[in-house]
Amino acid sequence: MSTASTTVPRPPLKVVAGSTGRKTGSLAWMTLPAVIMFVAFGIIPLIGVFYLSFMNWDGIGDITPAGFSNWTAVLADSALVSALWKTFLVMFLSWAVQTPLSILLGVFIAGNQKYRAVFAVIYFVPLLLSAAAISIAYKALLDPNFGLGAGLGIGFLTQNWLGEPALAMGVVIFIVSWQFVPFHSLIYQGGVRQIPVSMYEAAQIDGAGRMRQFFSITLPQLKYTIITSSTLMIVGSLTFFDLIFVLTGGGPSDATRVLALDMYLRGFRGNNMGQASVIAVILVLVGLALALILRRLGGKDSNASQLEGA
Amino acid sequence: MATNYVDNAASGTAAGSGPRGSSADLRPSKRARPNVPAGVMSVVWLLIVIVPIYWIVITSFKSSAGYYGSNPMAPSTDPTLANYQLVLESDFARYFLNSMIVTIGSVVPAVLFSFMAAFAIVRGGGGRYLRTVNSMFLMGLAIPLQATIIPVYLIIIKLQLYDTLQALILPSIAFSLPLTILILSNFIRDVPNELFESMRLDGSSEWGTMWRLAFPLTKPALVTVTIYQALQVWNSFLLPLVLTQSPDKRVLPLALWTFQGQYSVNIPAVLASVMLTTLPILALYIIGRRQLLSGLTAGFSK
Repeated sequence: MSTASTTVPRPPLKVVAGSTGRKTGSLAWMTLPAVIMFVAFGIIPLIGVFYLSFMNWDGIGDITPAGFSNWTAVLADSALVSALWKTFLVMFLSWAVQTPLSILLGVFIAGNQKYRAVFAVIYFVPLLLSAAAISIAYKALLDPNFGLGAGLGIGFLTQNWLGEPALAMGVVIFIVSWQFVPFHSLIYQGGVRQIPVSMYEAAQIDGAGRMRQFFSITLPQLKYTIITSSTLMIVGSLTFFDLIFVLTGGGPSDATRVLALDMYLRGFRGNNMGQASVIAVILVLVGLALALILRRLGGKDSNASQLEGA
Repeated sequence: MATNYVDNAASGTAAGSGPRGSSADLRPSKRARPNVPAGVMSVVWLLIVIVPIYWIVITSFKSSAGYYGSNPMAPSTDPTLANYQLVLESDFARYFLNSMIVTIGSVVPAVLFSFMAAFAIVRGGGGRYLRTVNSMFLMGLAIPLQATIIPVYLIIIKLQLYDTLQALILPSIAFSLPLTILILSNFIRDVPNELFESMRLDGSSEWGTMWRLAFPLTKPALVTVTIYQALQVWNSFLLPLVLTQSPDKRVLPLALWTFQGQYSVNIPAVLASVMLTTLPILALYIIGRRQLLSGLTAGFSK
């Protein structure tokens, strides 16, 4: 938020960290516990997943070299295209549904009225539930025979929600939004509060209405917040594993079999860790590529401030 | 004074308060016009959030026989705790304990390690090593760490930790480091340099400065990341699914899933299990709500 931080009042004492010129190289050891843990269970597995993608392994027995056979098998498999498409669909739809909702709700809860704070507290509750709990509850709620719709006798609600491919995808997007919109609203609330009041005052003097103010001040000022939130949504959407796994298991007929699920099913159900690792590599590459693209969109300035908090 | 600043940053409502409110105060003639679309949307969303939760709560108190005939939106006329009893009899106390061990066992070290690393990254003078470490954790934010689950599984087997609670704790620590370090270093950066200087002039070591100055000043952020990461670990599903097997190592989300598979037609009982696994988190939220909401706002909106 470099633009905002120059205008928002900050303590005058703030000096760029580490610019004192003092030799503090001795602090490096303090990073060791974190670095060791992250290398052991983050970096090494990351390298390991590339390595395993060239190996045959059933998850129990010996690991033997496979050359490119896993790669050729996966790349020739039409299931990959399907999984990529489903992943993209979940990513795009969940982004397109959540972003406008989160901005509107974020602007709303940024107001000072007490009841808005109470709303915010309630909005946040779904984020506390585990994806497993949410999926299980919705599975019961949407059950065509025993669920809410059947009980109320409302025809529209009594569809076979998880049995029809298009409906199942819609349910996934709905549940994702149900859970994560509050979180993103909170990010937007913080962004809205950093917009200097003077901008709205000036707009008022110029006679700009509320709509005009929203589109000419609020939205442009939220640019970096939109990028932060979108990055979290988009990269996060690659990891909707538990929700889909418990809700549909990838079905009906692979309609919701996204990459993360495909990786799990191939590896731990199909006992083909090599091919599953190929999917994992694709997942990592897609994640990195998306993060880079989104950083580009934000411009150099913003990624320094967004990611390093400068 | 510095404390005040940090508190303000954490509470997300800097003393001057939100621009919307203040600007409304400055235009007494026009402020009566309410923001209708946002108001309507906020109420609609409130209903969308509340209705399923309400349904879960009331249904969990219905008897499994009485459930099918009843109006699903009306509370039971004859509430029963039988569903909760059934859940508790299915060994949920043990799963609860397992979840507690894994959550505390991974969040406490993760936050401490992150705090030390964040302090070093911010105060260490930006040497080559520290810059590399910083970019490594930033990269960790962009990578879907679940994608590394297969090698993690292999490593856990090689360490002979498969089907133990440590198998869940170790990767959970690693996975929570990038975000925790990012948020904490943002907060440590906000501590005025003068305070560090005066600590140094008083002859304090960097280690002492870290605990006596940076730690108390970053407390709001520490509480926020602790609650947030506890939530992540408590709700985590993939790691236990892949890394444990026997029922006595089961944690709550996995237990929930197994229970649902077993009693899928007994909807009130399934919902009671959902309620029971959520209650501790809800209690934590009621206690630490302000801290969590404001801390997350400040952490991500910078």
